[in-house]
Amino acid sequence: MPKVNVKLKVNGDPYEVAVNPSGTLVEVLREDLHLTGTKIGCQTGDCGACTVLVNGKSVCSCLTLAVEAQEKEIITIEGVGLSYDKLHPIQEAFINEGAIQCGYCTPGMVLSAKHLLDKNPNPSELQIRQALSGNLCRCTGYARIVKAIEVAGEKMKNPVKEK
Amino acid sequence: MSAIKGKNNLIGASIPRIDSPAKVTGKALYAGDIILPGMLHGKILKSTKAHAKILNIDISRALALPGVKDVIVGKDTPCIKFGNWRLFPNTQDELPLAVDKVRYIGDEIAAVAAIDPDIAEEALSLIKVEYEELPAVFSIEDALAAGAPLIHDENKELKSNISLDRKIDVGDIESAFKTADYIREDTFVVHPHSHAYMEPCATLAETDSEGRVTIYTSTQTPYIVQCLLASTLGIPENHVRVMKPAVGGGFGGKMELRKWEFCAAFMSRRTGRPVRFVLSRQEELESGRRRHGMNLKSKVGFKKDGTLVAKDFEAYLNGGAYNSMGPTATFLCGNFGAMLYRYPIYHYRGYHVYTNLPPAGAMRGFGAPQAMFISESQMNMAAIDLGIDAIDLRIKNAMVTGDKIEGVTTISSAGFVESLEKVASETKWKEKKKNLPKNKGIGIGCYSFISGGVFNWFNTQYNFSACEVRAYDDGTAHLLTMSCDIGQGSDTVLRQILAADLGLAVNMIRLTAGDTAMTPKGDLGTWGSRVTLMNGNAILDASKKIKEQLAKMVSIKFNLNVIHDVAFGDGKVFAKANPKYGMTFGEAVTLWVKANRGEELIARGVYTPRDKGLTTPAYSFGAQVAEVDVDPDTGVVTVEKITTAHDCGTVINPLGVEGQLEGAIQMGIGYTLSEQFAMKNGKTLNTTFLDYKVPSAEDMPQIVSYKVDTYEKEGPFGAKEAGEGLAIPTAPAISDAVFQATGYRCKDLPITPEKILRSKGKI
Ligand code: FES
Ligand code: FES
Repeated sequence: MPKVNVKLKVNGDPYEVAVNPSGTLVEVLREDLHLTGTKIGCQTGDCGACTVLVNGKSVCSCLTLAVEAQEKEIITIEGVGLSYDKLHPIQEAFINEGAIQCGYCTPGMVLSAKHLLDKNPNPSELQIRQALSGNLCRCTGYARIVKAIEVAGEKMKNPVKEK
Repeated sequence: MSAIKGKNNLIGASIPRIDSPAKVTGKALYAGDIILPGMLHGKILKSTKAHAKILNIDISRALALPGVKDVIVGKDTPCIKFGNWRLFPNTQDELPLAVDKVRYIGDEIAAVAAIDPDIAEEALSLIKVEYEELPAVFSIEDALAAGAPLIHDENKELKSNISLDRKIDVGDIESAFKTADYIREDTFVVHPHSHAYMEPCATLAETDSEGRVTIYTSTQTPYIVQCLLASTLGIPENHVRVMKPAVGGGFGGKMELRKWEFCAAFMSRRTGRPVRFVLSRQEELESGRRRHGMNLKSKVGFKKDGTLVAKDFEAYLNGGAYNSMGPTATFLCGNFGAMLYRYPIYHYRGYHVYTNLPPAGAMRGFGAPQAMFISESQMNMAAIDLGIDAIDLRIKNAMVTGDKIEGVTTISSAGFVESLEKVASETKWKEKKKNLPKNKGIGIGCYSFISGGVFNWFNTQYNFSACEVRAYDDGTAHLLTMSCDIGQGSDTVLRQILAADLGLAVNMIRLTAGDTAMTPKGDLGTWGSRVTLMNGNAILDASKKIKEQLAKMVSIKFNLNVIHDVAFGDGKVFAKANPKYGMTFGEAVTLWVKANRGEELIARGVYTPRDKGLTTPAYSFGAQVAEVDVDPDTGVVTVEKITTAHDCGTVINPLGVEGQLEGAIQMGIGYTLSEQFAMKNGKTLNTTFLDYKVPSAEDMPQIVSYKVDTYEKEGPFGAKEAGEGLAIPTAPAISDAVFQATGYRCKDLPITPEKILRSKGKI
């Protein structure tokens, strides 16, 4: 099948890739752009490990065709925190609250959390749990992930000046 | 949780995981993330028949497909059998690829390496396998019926599908039951359960010009993979380097040599190119390892006052088509059947049965969730019949520190009674139980678990656990270990242990873990909750040797009186009585290096559990109370609250232990209520997370936990198992709570709305 050229902006950078018409966004991110922070846990849209933001909305990149991302702005985990010294408050909270164990669900969790907090800086515990309902984690029992999102939400509302 | 921090403020410190910055930024590399130039993509062709002879395999069309670089079938390989139970070679029943026969749907037959995954997939569809179907058996009953097909007829020593049995006889069971006032006998069925680690297995292998293989693989046991990969390839062990990258969960499911590891290595040797396999979730759920389903029977006798008299326990394990870790599960199920309470007389008969199902293997709890589901349920049922509160009955019979099972094990520390008392008081157990609102229930389940196994089934010639510590003149140290962090947090805990003992900051410890070419040989890796205790002890062994050397330097430099102790803390080495007689760690190392004419200060540490009985050096204990609501119309169970009190010795990292506990509860709720394989004629029908229901964030209850303080003398700084055993109590606790709410007593996991409604005559 002839390949299709797709232009997309990932974490602010412009890319142009030739993709299979049936190729998924997660394949392009991982295999073509080597952005392997986005994980694959199921490829059927059931685990959320592949969650990325497309024009600000969280999507399963395993169910999104690469051609659908044409001219779109994509944020992956690599675009959330710029470096170890400049982590996003969600990432800091995930670390400090112990929300990470094996870490395989973590990138997807962070992006779902970002999507939630960008829309709703004051989520209730129930709203957080609902927002995470498409992201499976087998290690943590979710408790610390929920806590981390609460802590991050607080911090994003009242950013403390850097010391 | 106690806030007191031991040794240099590091033991008991909630240090965030050291690997979390890499994981939270997506920089941590898992096996499937690693890309090498020229890499090929591998796929495996699996049997579509549950039991069949292979008459012919035609790979010609697959080989001819442009982009395909290699296709292999069983006959191309050295055809060397493997299995984890090297101590009994007869149990090693798997071939890297099936040769004459397939034994389950999913049995690996052929493998392809191609320039991209789509071509590899297409090539699989071009391989033609001719089968001659054989009768297949899926249940334990059918596998043991007269005239059942022998699944491993090539093993002439086996007269039936029982691949292995295990007997434990402590005391005279017949006469013991005669002295009992109350005897109950129950039959239970427990179902298989998927590890459902979020990272599907992946492996990347490359071969150098001399035929040496390096594989990056999602494993918890690099040494086991190294040995078995070398033997199946027919090359020296030292020609295989296994490297463990970040691993996305294991829970026991990644502790054997797997077929794709062999195929990646074998095809990389044949093609001279790196070969990567990444499994799909469908493959994982369809034919991946799982927890054993079992048929269980237990007869237990009590005196009127609740004192236990005897137990006769029988387990049939549905092992699926190969032994895998089933023999260990058969042994451990028997050991765990004897745990928690003082059974003066105990008999066990365990049978590992081959069927034409996907093989079951090791999974969190390893024989204990099954053994304790029936024993804990029986305690709850007996309590009702005897008219004794379920917690009181347990306290009456609970194992305590110093208890012994003659010739088998000694309980060197136990905080079980305290755990029971704690959950009783914190949940207001008795009061609540008396005044249960309609459709609400409260129930209890308990557990005990091992801190690593003693039985040397792998037949390793090396120490069970080992490490190397290198001390440097810049004030840092390097810890090399084969223990694998698979999400449980050992990279952090082990560094904490070494840092605490050497008096260094945690970030002054570099860690190399799980690389067989670098780390000391022979450590058996991560399983059976062995790492903190066994590797922790090995680390303290090495650390002691380093400290002795550095203490000498301080002693000489300051002319210390021989009675003075030398302490390590804050990056310094100093006379305990007078810290001004001291120097930095780095200065002490420098002096040592000079005194030794340029030598590097390196120490090896080892641990092997000698004279620790037959099972484990140390046991953890705990009690858990579940509170549930059951919808009377739909039968849907909502778990509202789980309260746990547990004894895991000294907690090295409370944040880590809490996370393990919460994760165990999620897995336990799934096991009890929502996760079940749908099988038809040996085929797994639910192969997506849509149909195989792992609990989500919305399904989780309120979680409360308490730590009971004990000190385990066998463990480093008093630590022992934490986190694995917690997979055990949730099922019996929820089941008991469901009984209180509905009158339905589950003897056949999982608990489903249908079973509840049927018990009420509602469907
Ligand atoms: S990989 Fe996309 S949802 Fe699981
Ligand atoms: S941390 Fe392992 S899956 Fe979430």
